[in-house]
Amino acid sequence: MHIADLSLGILGANGIVAGGIPIAVGAALSARLRGTDQVVACFFGDAAVNQGAFHEGVNLAAAWKLPVVFVCENNLYGVSTRITETFPLEKIADRAAGYGIPGVTVDGNDVLAVYKAAQEAVGRARDGKGPALLVGDTYRWEGHFYGEPGLYRTKEELESWKAADPIPRFAGYLAEKGWGAEVERIAGEVKDEVERAARFAIESPLPDPATLLDNVFVPF
Amino acid sequence: MRELSYVQALNEAIREEMSRDEKVFMLGEDIAGVHGGAFKVSKGLTEEFGPERIRNTPISEAVIIGAALGAAITGMRPIAELMYLDFSAVAMDQIVNQAAKIRYMLGGQSRVPLVIRGQGGSGRGNAAQHSQSLEAWFCHIPGLIVIQPSTPYDAKGLLKSAIRNDNPVMFIEHKMLYSSKGLVPEEEYLVPIGKAEIKRAGTDVTIIATSWMVFRALGAAEQLAADGVDAEVIDPRTLVPLDKETILSSVRKTNRAVVVHEATRFSGIGAEIAAMIQEEAFDDLDAPVFRLGGKFTPIPFSPVLEKSAIPTQEEIVAAVKALL
Ligand SMILES: Cc1ncc(C[n+]2csc(CCOP(=O)(O)OP(=O)(O)O)c2C)c(N)n1
Ligand SMILES: [Mg+2]
Repeated sequence: MHIADLSLGILGANGIVAGGIPIAVGAALSARLRGTDQVVACFFGDAAVNQGAFHEGVNLAAAWKLPVVFVCENNLYGVSTRITETFPLEKIADRAAGYGIPGVTVDGNDVLAVYKAAQEAVGRARDGKGPALLVGDTYRWEGHFYGEPGLYRTKEELESWKAADPIPRFAGYLAEKGWGAEVERIAGEVKDEVERAARFAIESPLPDPATLLDNVFVPF
Repeated sequence: MRELSYVQALNEAIREEMSRDEKVFMLGEDIAGVHGGAFKVSKGLTEEFGPERIRNTPISEAVIIGAALGAAITGMRPIAELMYLDFSAVAMDQIVNQAAKIRYMLGGQSRVPLVIRGQGGSGRGNAAQHSQSLEAWFCHIPGLIVIQPSTPYDAKGLLKSAIRNDNPVMFIEHKMLYSSKGLVPEEEYLVPIGKAEIKRAGTDVTIIATSWMVFRALGAAEQLAADGVDAEVIDPRTLVPLDKETILSSVRKTNRAVVVHEATRFSGIGAEIAAMIQEEAFDDLDAPVFRLGGKFTPIPFSPVLEKSAIPTQEEIVAAVKALL
């Protein structure tokens, strides 16, 4: 879960809902103070927008005009709870008005729509105009965790979202433009890479218990 | 007597108290409807009591606890569920600065009939942010009652007592105990807050263990019995207020004590219990009080590392043998 690679600027997924939002704001502050043109993209789910950490983080980023794009993946549910039960507005992006920043809703299953909206928000942030809230409407096909039965939603709802799968949709668009072979080549490469990674994980030895205390502190 | 699982016992406690007192209600994340809670403690309760009394909240721990507190001081008896006790960190102001102190700061005007339930502990591969044993945090705050039940019987009886108590209670369950089974009477009963229980009587050494570690201590006691060592195992059940008398009278009999908990040994509740024994029963001790606890590390994700982060049955056996 805690996927991270600091060498690539990926600061880590978080086990605490909304826990990463203030950290993203700090990374944006750091980019400003270090004088880089970096922009921070901060990803979270629909349920994260009701945490204090979200409000505090977005407010500070807006007040200081920090280069962050807040990206909300709205799949309508936090675990089993439908967003309408816990969120009073029509759209999550409407929250942005309260912080005085742009709030944009896009079809999260439309690759080009997401790309275009992200490009705009990143450009704005890089120009020193501050953060934006970008909400992509989408769906989670599986349960909240592996093996979770998803009794809280209907089969029809799930099927209708499966029909809107963004991957074949975009692949179809590219094929129409004459890029079909290229898409197949990339898909094959990605599949191989994922299989190699899985094999690496399965074949790697389990950690030595002697390493238990490694990384609790930086040695000093 | 019938057997119930720990989770069934908790569910029954809530069901009985909600039927008995219409002021009792529950709020938390994913507790309502068919989902019935991340660990199914509230399964079936929405069907029985309706969505007004079993309330799904947003993912907003600060307001889960704060709203429960506000309701508690104005006539309701809320049970607030924290899906993982680790998330108490998000709500710490409401727990520590508000709930624990409000009665004191208002000169005794308010009662705070608030139960904050949640589960802690490792063992399920839930990693660093979902596996902590944080009870010592709460024990350090005057004004909070802290309960850690180990058996279905204790879970039910103590939860009912907690719901009827007029103080804020941190009710700390263990994720590895939900499916464990035990005898639970059909008829109503309460387990008093502040009473330890001798889970196994013995004469040679006192092992004081909490929560999941009670079962490792009992396993160690069986292993020791095979070697002719007769260990007494005490489960404090309530950490605040601590039942000193049960612990001290046992140590006065056995003259040796080992304290075992899963929480980090450093600054854990075991330090308090060991110090208390040495202050109040020094002359009865034949050996220093020994503490076993978690290593000084976050709980790692890897199952091999996770296992080695907390006390094992073998370590308890070895600790006892070293004292004899
Ligand atoms: C502070 C905190 N509270 C609760 C949880 C438990 N939890 C994990 S994910 C989640 C729901 C998150 O919803 P969303 O962000 O919409 O993600 P989705 O369920 O759609 O994957 C909850 C309640 C947590 N990890 N952290
Ligand atoms: Mg969601």
